[in-house]
Amino acid sequence: MGKSTKVTNSIRVLRFNAGEMTQAQLAEKLGITRQTVIAIEQGKYSPSLEVAFQIVQVFNVPLDEVFEYPNEG
Amino acid sequence: MSYQEKSTWGSGLITFIVYGYYLLAIEPQFRGVSIEGFGYASTMLWAIMAYIVATIVLHIIISIISPSEAGQEDQRDRDIYRFGEYVGQYLSAFGAFVALMMALAKWDYFWIANAIYLGFGAATFLSSIVKIVAYRRGL
Repeated sequence: MGKSTKVTNSIRVLRFNAGEMTQAQLAEKLGITRQTVIAIEQGKYSPSLEVAFQIVQVFNVPLDEVFEYPNEG
Repeated sequence: MSYQEKSTWGSGLITFIVYGYYLLAIEPQFRGVSIEGFGYASTMLWAIMAYIVATIVLHIIISIISPSEAGQEDQRDRDIYRFGEYVGQYLSAFGAFVALMMALAKWDYFWIANAIYLGFGAATFLSSIVKIVAYRRGL
């Protein structure tokens, strides 16, 4: 099962650093399903801009610390 | 597996079973015999009703099994749903187009009705497959 998006993220590390927050806890904070958190972490789904900002707010870090996009220039 | 993914698996399975049963039920009747006046309509209506009832029962069962997830849906579910329906509608449209051509060529109602029903059935099944692949492999 390959990644379907070029966007990578460090949500797993951020969860670990946030007191080993579970995927279910993060999902509850974001108002999405745990399966969607898993899909985002594995790079199988790019979240909407709104969810991306919600994730940033949960971890209280800048957006580019959570998500990265490869420089194609 | 999320509520919507379970629902998608169930819908695909129900479509396959109900349409398969319908084909098995009518196949002996139109094989080599005249189809004029042949009572396929009630079988088709029963199959459509069975699909609707089975889908409602399926959602009740899923809700009973995982009450905390019942009806849960997020942006990813909606994106996958739209993508699946978008792909599936090509088959619906194709079925309708074939039925239109049959009507213009004055084919028997039997074939026109079955072309439309096949289009719907194939579209529902295909959209379920596309959604499941999207859930499993990513969108």
